[in-house]
Amino acid sequence: MSTQRRHGHRTRATLATALAGGLLATGLAGCGSDGEQTGDANGTLVFGISADPAQMVPWTATSTQSIQVLSQIYSPLLNTDAEGVPEAGLAELPEISEDGKTYTFTLREGVTFGDGSDLDSADVKHTYEKIIDPASSASSASYFANVAGIEAPDPRTVVVTLKQPDASFVSGLTGVNTAIVPSDVDAKSLETKPVGSGPYQFKSRTPNESITLTRNADYYAGEPGAATVEFRVIPDEQSMVSSLKTGSVHMAIFDNPVTAKTATSGQTESMTVDSLSYHVLQLRATSPTLKDPNARLAIQCAISRQDVIDSAALGAGKPSGPITSPEFRSDPEAQPCPEQDLDKAKDYLAKAGKPDGFTLNLMTSQGLYSTAVDEAQNIQAQLGKVGIKVNVEALDSNAYVERWLAADFDAAIAMNGGSSDPNTMYSRYFTKAGSFNKVAGYSSPELDKLFADGIATTDTAARKPIYEEISQHLVDQAAWVWLFTPEMYVVANKSVEGLEERADASIATLWKASVS
Amino acid sequence: MGAFGRHPVARRFGEAAVTLVGVSILTFVLLRVVPGDQITAAYGTAAGDLSPEQLQALEAYYGVNEPLLSQYLGWLGGVLTGNLGVSATSHLSVLSMTAQSLPNTVELAVLAIMIGLALGIPGGMLAASRPGRARDQISQVTSLVALSVPSFLLAAVVSSWLVNTVGWYPNGEGYRTLSEDPGLNLQQMLLPALVLGISIAPPILQTTRAAILTVRSEDYVRTARAKGVSGRRLQVRHILRNALIPVVTMSGLQFGFLLGGALVVEQIFAIPGIGRQVLLGLEQKEYAVVQSTVLVIAVMFVLVNLLTDVLYRLVDPRVRVQ
Repeated sequence: MSTQRRHGHRTRATLATALAGGLLATGLAGCGSDGEQTGDANGTLVFGISADPAQMVPWTATSTQSIQVLSQIYSPLLNTDAEGVPEAGLAELPEISEDGKTYTFTLREGVTFGDGSDLDSADVKHTYEKIIDPASSASSASYFANVAGIEAPDPRTVVVTLKQPDASFVSGLTGVNTAIVPSDVDAKSLETKPVGSGPYQFKSRTPNESITLTRNADYYAGEPGAATVEFRVIPDEQSMVSSLKTGSVHMAIFDNPVTAKTATSGQTESMTVDSLSYHVLQLRATSPTLKDPNARLAIQCAISRQDVIDSAALGAGKPSGPITSPEFRSDPEAQPCPEQDLDKAKDYLAKAGKPDGFTLNLMTSQGLYSTAVDEAQNIQAQLGKVGIKVNVEALDSNAYVERWLAADFDAAIAMNGGSSDPNTMYSRYFTKAGSFNKVAGYSSPELDKLFADGIATTDTAARKPIYEEISQHLVDQAAWVWLFTPEMYVVANKSVEGLEERADASIATLWKASVS
Repeated sequence: MGAFGRHPVARRFGEAAVTLVGVSILTFVLLRVVPGDQITAAYGTAAGDLSPEQLQALEAYYGVNEPLLSQYLGWLGGVLTGNLGVSATSHLSVLSMTAQSLPNTVELAVLAIMIGLALGIPGGMLAASRPGRARDQISQVTSLVALSVPSFLLAAVVSSWLVNTVGWYPNGEGYRTLSEDPGLNLQQMLLPALVLGISIAPPILQTTRAAILTVRSEDYVRTARAKGVSGRRLQVRHILRNALIPVVTMSGLQFGFLLGGALVVEQIFAIPGIGRQVLLGLEQKEYAVVQSTVLVIAVMFVLVNLLTDVLYRLVDPRVRVQ
């Protein structure tokens, strides 16, 4: 067929699916104030996306595009502020009982869904119970793992009882994946006709071409700026750049600094934002080559994180430790080798009984995000300096995901989603019972205890030292080698006004922007 | 089968049916050999968070919990009764998706083949008119260059040049079909058709040139010349018409390829054609979408080949006699 005959060319997804995790944790920000409306109140804002949203029901949304679109249509119970910290949304921040097991939410009054029906406690109860129901296959079900029961004593009150205290529970309620759906609408029909209480309402969809939304004038946080938002599918990055330059697309987000630079012209402005997600060299301590912590520390010491950023990500990132949650962020310098130290790396190799190095099989992905293969090659070159021979295996995204889930690798280049809660980020990886512990390949009784303490403590100030200790334990053992948090580029036409600057690439506050 | 089975047309149809079954089996098997399934495609690494109950529900939803043979027969049975399956992503039937995407691909293919012929045939005639001389060499080199440049590169260079000089890029506007907005549609089709036309012109040019050179040394051309036929009449009626037979074959093949969806070009210029439908199906591991769409493409290919045979008969009376 013509594809084989002509030259194969794989376009990269503008944003990786893995990033979804990072965006999950961030919801709508800034409620209560009216959006800035300096532009044309009847304008259409065209937002370019690289792929058609794959899921349209909030609790199944995992692709970046789905999250971007659905965050305009739906509202979660709680929002996050521009820094990613949970704040009031459809409900006030909950009152938590003494024993940390009962959460009482008071809903805002007068919120309605796009179909005109009231949003009350029955809808919240319905949504959360749907998520917990295995038949829904909700990706957000794990947020509710500790939930014992949900009650709706009156239309404005929701009471959630937990089996045990879970300090990370609240952060799970801030994302699109737990956004509230109307209880009187069949979940099946939401797949083709979403009904939410967000700033925009679903109007129409042409598969693989566009999704059009119209303003919800009754949006509880203020009147949205643009009358219409169109998500337009433009799969090719170059084509997206051309569309931005000619003004046919108003806004797009890139993870590639070079593309973002070419897209910036007299008509457009580029905004650099951080991301909660992180790039990491995952080591599996359970694999024979990496059993010895000294072997893993040798790898940590032989790698200059800045070098990885400069060569693979073209400077678009910041060195990072394990935790990226804004309130609990790890000090990137607090690790045995904050800078590359080849002598120390050789010492560790000698301690591991492998003074001449060893061979490491490193798996990386093609097509998930743009820098994965370059990172692997850079690390291959860096580790070569201390005699660690790296075999890079670059896999197609589906093959990579399958091997990753099966924990069928020694080391892997990965980009994992972050969260505003550190327990959500890592208990799944580094506790014995975590769903990804086999993939992470490391656990210890100390960590299990620390994670248990961290989740049983609801006071943020009291939690901080616990997660500091967890973070320190992880880097001291070189459970993985954390590389960097990437930067994202929001490129917008100059006619777009009132766009809120955020710490992340979430477009949950897109409703504040308008087009002149 | 008897006498019917020996009839050339009936035999062609029989062959076509066997080809299509072969294509469907190959697509079915290949899709399942490639790592990953619809669940990992949709959930990515988050699939590891799914509980066993959730996984079971999903497998039943996507129909991947059934034995392979019943999956295949179920799909084939559906196809034979006009049900090409449903996309789990867009919730549309593959039939209605194809009804939207196929006309776009056909339009693009027709425009591209027109451009290819308009460049290739005169180019081939020009080259053949003085073999070995400057004009021949220039057209040969030009066609070699056109053949070697990857279409994605040509597409990127041409479009970014136009954007930066005149600020024109119609493909950034939402796609409009020919009936919705003919003016915008033709603008949106121009660049992709040009890029595709340029990439299929070289083989047409080469075939035309070779055919003309062969035909020119035929006895009947000498006879015609001896009878005093010359100039345009000789070139067109006696030489070009006979030289067109291999050109028709070549163009038919190229057109068949184009109908399979110019995947890369459709992707770059955001043309919602059948090639992109297959690609998106592949990315999401939507088995029904890929299997049915590939089958549609195979049917088109077979049909175009049959049509090419008919065209032969029009161009070449000798085939009719045989």
